[in-house]
Amino acid sequence: MSESGMDLLLWAKGPGFQIAVVLFLLGMAMRLVEVLALGRKTMIAPAKGDPVSSGLRTIFSRSVPAPHIMQKRPIVVVGGYIFHIAFFVCLLFFVPHILLFKQGFGLSWPGLPSPVIEAFAITGLLSLVVVLICRMRQPVRRFLSTYDDYLAWILTFLPLLTGFLTVNRLGLSYTMVLALHILSVELLLALAPFTKLTHFVTTVFARYYNGAINGRKGAPS
Amino acid sequence: MTEKPTLGEVLRAHGISRRGFLRYCAMLTSAMALPASMMPKVAEALEARRRPSVIWLSFQECTGCTESLTRSHAPTVEDLIFNHISLDYHHTLLMASGHAAEAAREKAMEENKGSYLVLVDGSIPLANPGYSTVAGISNKDMLLDTVKDAAAVIAVGTCAAYGGIGAAAPNPTGAVGVTEVVKDKPVINVPGCPPIPVVITGVVAHVLTFGALPDLDPLGRPTAFYGETIHDRCYRRPFYDRGQFADSFDDDGARQGWCLYKLGCKGPITNNVCATIKWNDGTSFPIQSGHPCLGCSQPNFWDAGGFYEPVATPTVDATGLAVGAMAAGVGLGGAAAAIGAAARKKASAAHEKLSVEDLEDES
Repeated sequence: MSESGMDLLLWAKGPGFQIAVVLFLLGMAMRLVEVLALGRKTMIAPAKGDPVSSGLRTIFSRSVPAPHIMQKRPIVVVGGYIFHIAFFVCLLFFVPHILLFKQGFGLSWPGLPSPVIEAFAITGLLSLVVVLICRMRQPVRRFLSTYDDYLAWILTFLPLLTGFLTVNRLGLSYTMVLALHILSVELLLALAPFTKLTHFVTTVFARYYNGAINGRKGAPS
Repeated sequence: MTEKPTLGEVLRAHGISRRGFLRYCAMLTSAMALPASMMPKVAEALEARRRPSVIWLSFQECTGCTESLTRSHAPTVEDLIFNHISLDYHHTLLMASGHAAEAAREKAMEENKGSYLVLVDGSIPLANPGYSTVAGISNKDMLLDTVKDAAAVIAVGTCAAYGGIGAAAPNPTGAVGVTEVVKDKPVINVPGCPPIPVVITGVVAHVLTFGALPDLDPLGRPTAFYGETIHDRCYRRPFYDRGQFADSFDDDGARQGWCLYKLGCKGPITNNVCATIKWNDGTSFPIQSGHPCLGCSQPNFWDAGGFYEPVATPTVDATGLAVGAMAAGVGLGGAAAAIGAAARKKASAAHEKLSVEDLEDES
């Protein structure tokens, strides 16, 4: 007799983990090389400003919301911020996660108490629900949304939800929810390179490029 | 055949006071998650119960389960109950051996047809019957023969319940638990390596008191004893919630009695009552003595990752795969880029310049 949750957990911690790591790294390396190898056309016109400093500055300055966007869509901007902060606090400061980084990379740092992480997880989940409602309610945004947008939403919602359930099981078996949590993260890793979630890396290049091209033209960015 | 004594008579003969017996019944009632009002009924039913016939079969096992029950520090109500029910056949404890012992088993089966209990410890090898035999009879044959007229079977210990260490990879003997062999009798799994003595006698007492099986979980374990995880009932749980962990067995955290999660504690994925009933008459349990839970009451716990690896970390090293995947990704990305560049170059070469004059000529 075997325990279904345990079989799933062992698969998730073994072959599932390997498959996810391979798909993630292979996919990300492929996408990055392909994008970066495109290169840029040689600029013949004389530069009116310094592209490098403008590019580097833009990587950070674009994290500050533009005032007109903030005024027009405050919920989307604030919701997006809250989600990203909550997601990374849960990912980086929950002690079992830190153990994972320690095992994988030999690095560790102090964690936060579980109730604090739970509060961030709930906040992250709520913010995701709010931005989804906004997306569905506004006709233009709904029209512009593709399956990629909804897939990315599901892929980030599931790890937060299953992670919360792993700590507060609400009657479910810990083994089963832990297995589902790990599987949801593996799904996120495996599909990230093939969805718009690649922005977690490409955003740096995209911002630099925009900043550099504006800087070269002497325009603010 | 002389009439067997009642449990009450046996306990009184061993100097157990009524108060001591009632205390045991109260603990048992509470451990079995029954309402307190049931306690007198449990006491009444147990006290008047005549010695039931029990056949204990030991297969591929280490005798640890029997030791758990019989080697208590001092005689307890549990082991007296065990003595009371025992034992028409237990080939580790029987004086007789060989054919004389087998005759005792056959006699007990004949005299108590349909009403005896079979307790099993140890796994059953299916790869080759010769791997484990008793008096020349293979474990599988003996089990099937013994359970055919039994009221119920209690699989004592993780080996009997799920195969245990015998079934650990690569499982050379093809070891399985009782439920893989016995399909047509009620089987109660009482896993643990070994199980807590009170849990063994508690299950037997439940069957004796109510004449029926206790509620079982999907793994065949009584929910009264296996309904909650060690982690949920652990006195170190507040340290887990506060993020206070021992990093090694001799650091300050370990001395402060902080959570052992980082040291591989399997409490979160293990259902048992060690944290509440405890061992050695409620003295302690592994986590209290500073060692992580190994998860011994779960199926396949031997193969469920390292004992000292945290529950949620991968069981495999993916470094080589990761390097290979990145190299392959760079290669594939480079190839895709080269194909794209070639296509652009071809398009550029095929490009025909068109002047305004050309357009005017066409018109």
